[in-house]
Amino acid sequence: MNQFVSLTFEGIANGAVYAALGLSLVIVYQATRVVNFAQPALALIAAYTAHTVIRATGSYWLGFASAVAAGTLLGVLTERLLLRRVQDRSPLNAVILTLGLLLALRGLAGMVWGNLQHSFPPPMSFRDLEAVPISPEELFALASVALVAAALFVLHRFTPLGLRMRAAALRPESARLSGVRVGLVLTAGWGIASAIGALAGMLAVPPLLSPTVLDAVFVYGIAAAVLGGLDNPFGALAGGLVIGVGLSYVSGYVGSELTTLAALAILVVVLSLRPAGLFSRATVRKV
Amino acid sequence: MASSLRRDDPPATAAAPARPAAPRRRALPVLARHLAAAALALAAIAALTFLVGPLEHLRIARVGYLLLAVAGLQILVGASGQVSLGHGAFMFVGAYTTALTVLHAPAVPLAGVMVLAVAAGCLAGVLVGAATARLHGPYLAGATLALAVGLPALALYFSDLLGGSNGLRFALRGTPPELSGLLTDNQWKALVVWLTVLTALVVLATLSRGRLGRRMRAVRDDESAAAMAGIPVGRTRVTAFVVSAGCASLAGACEAYLLGTATPSSFSLALSLSLLAALVLGGLGSLWGALWGALALVYLEAAGRELADLLGLGSSVADNLPPVFFGVMLVVIVTAWPTGVHGALRRLGGLSARQRTPNPPSDPPSITTTGA
Repeated sequence: MNQFVSLTFEGIANGAVYAALGLSLVIVYQATRVVNFAQPALALIAAYTAHTVIRATGSYWLGFASAVAAGTLLGVLTERLLLRRVQDRSPLNAVILTLGLLLALRGLAGMVWGNLQHSFPPPMSFRDLEAVPISPEELFALASVALVAAALFVLHRFTPLGLRMRAAALRPESARLSGVRVGLVLTAGWGIASAIGALAGMLAVPPLLSPTVLDAVFVYGIAAAVLGGLDNPFGALAGGLVIGVGLSYVSGYVGSELTTLAALAILVVVLSLRPAGLFSRATVRKV
Repeated sequence: MASSLRRDDPPATAAAPARPAAPRRRALPVLARHLAAAALALAAIAALTFLVGPLEHLRIARVGYLLLAVAGLQILVGASGQVSLGHGAFMFVGAYTTALTVLHAPAVPLAGVMVLAVAAGCLAGVLVGAATARLHGPYLAGATLALAVGLPALALYFSDLLGGSNGLRFALRGTPPELSGLLTDNQWKALVVWLTVLTALVVLATLSRGRLGRRMRAVRDDESAAAMAGIPVGRTRVTAFVVSAGCASLAGACEAYLLGTATPSSFSLALSLSLLAALVLGGLGSLWGALWGALALVYLEAAGRELADLLGLGSSVADNLPPVFFGVMLVVIVTAWPTGVHGALRRLGGLSARQRTPNPPSDPPSITTTGA
C-alpha cells in the first residue's frame, strides 16, 4: 500500500512535467497547426544554457531564469526564421523541418558541451518529506506547472492578447482584416510555448544532463498531448497526468525498461477508440 | 492535399493516362525489365568490389542495406503519405530475428533466415499498421516515435534471451570454400547483402508500378476521394505499412549478418530520424531517391569523421557532425530545395534533353481523355 501511494505521488509529479511539455506542443499546434518535434532540442539547449550559467555564477535561480529566457528566444527565432517559410505548404514540410532542427540542435549540443553526462542540480531537495511521500522537488514541479496552466488560462480567456491569439488561430484571414497582427501573435505563441518547454526541461533533466536525456521525456510529452487531443490544453494536462501515473505503476510493478512501450500501449489503446484524442470534437473533412 | 515537398511521380489521378501518344517502347513486361536491371546492378557492384579495398567492402554493403530501409520508407512516406518516425524499430526486429535464428537454430540456411526476418518484420508491420491505421499526420508520427524509443528497450527487459545492452553476438560462415581463393569474406558478404537488397527492390519497384502503388498514391493524394472511388483505404494503408516494415526488417537482418552482432544501441531514435532525413534528402517519390539518401548516410558519416580527424577536433565533434549536417540539410531542403537530389538530377536531365532537340515537344496536355 505504501508503495502504491508513493508511486502515485511520483506519477503525478512526473505527469506534471509531461503535461508541461504536452502543453507547449498544444499551444504551438493550436496557433500554427504544426507539431513542434524540435521542442525537446529547444528545451535541451535551454537546459545547457542553465548549466553554463549555474557553473559560472553558482546560482540555480539565475540559471533557471536564463533557461526560460533562452527557450523563449529560441522559439521566437524558430518561428520567425524557419517555420514562417513553410507555413503555407503541406503539414509534412513542417514535420520534416522541425525534425531537421531536432537533429541539428541535438548534435550541436553534443559538439559544444560533449556527449558525456554532466551533473545537474534539482531546484530543491529530492528527499521525501516526513509526513507525505513527496519531495520538495516534486512539489515544486507540481506547483510551477499548475501556476503556468492557470496563467495560460487567464491569458487566453481574459486578456486582449489571448483574444487575438484565439482569433488568429481560428480564422487568420478574418483576424487580419480586423486589425490583428497575425504574424506577431503567432510568434508570441511560439515564444510562450517554448518558454514552457524550457520549464519542462529544467524539471525533467536532473540529476544528469546529456544530449539524449530528453528523448524519452519528449515521447511521454507528445503522448500526453496526443492523448488529450492536440487541440485542447486541458487535454494535455489530463493526458500528462494519465501518462505519468500509468507509467509510474508500470515502472514500479513491472520494470522500468518497459515504460516507453507502456506509453505506446496507452497511446494505441486510447487512439484506437478516439483517433483524435480524448477531448476531440468531430470535424468535417472536405473532399 | 498534394504535398509541396514535391514528389517526382505524378499524382495518382494523372498516373494512368500519362503520355497518351508516346510510342509503346515497353517490349518487355515490367518484372522482366526490373530483373534485368537488378542483374546489371549486381554485376556492376561485383566489379566494383574488385577495384576497392576491404574497408570499402563494408561501406558498400552498408549502402546496400540502408538503401533497402530507405526504399521501404519511401513506399510508406513517398507513396502512401504516412509518416513513420519508427523505422529503426523494424530494423531492430529484423536484426534480432536473425541473431536468434542463427543462435538457436543453426541448421537454417541464410536464405531461410532472411525469409524469417521478413516474416517477423511483416508481422510487426501488421500489428503496428493495424493499430495505427486510423491515425493521421502528427498522431501517427507520435505513435511511431514512441515505438522507435520503446522497442529497443525490450532487449534490456528480456536480457536473458536478448542479451541486454551488450546485445547478441554470433558467428556466420564467410566465403564458401569453393570461392575462397577468389573472394574475401567481406567481399562475399557485401555481394550477399546486395543480392538480397536488389531482390527486395525488384519486388518493391514492381509493386509500386502495379495496382497497389496506384492505390497508395490515390490514398495519399486524397483519402476521401479514394474511398469514394472504391479503394479500401484502411487496407491499403496497412499494406503499405507491412511492405515498408518488411523491407526495414530485411535491412536489419542484412546489418546483423554483416556485423555478426545485434545490439539495442544501434537502433536508436537517431537512426530512425536519419532514415527519414536520407529519404527527404534523396527526394520523395522515387526509389532512386533512396539510393542517393543511402549513399549520403554512409559517405557523409565517413567524410565527417575524416574532416574531424584532419582538423584535430575531438570525438564529440566527429560523432555529431553527420546528424548536424543531416539536420541542416533537412531544413535547407524543406525551405529552399523541395525536390531533393533526385529531383535536381531529373531537372538537369530534362534541361539537357531539351537543349538537344531543336523543337522541344510540348508537354502533354494537362487535360487528357481520362479512362481511355
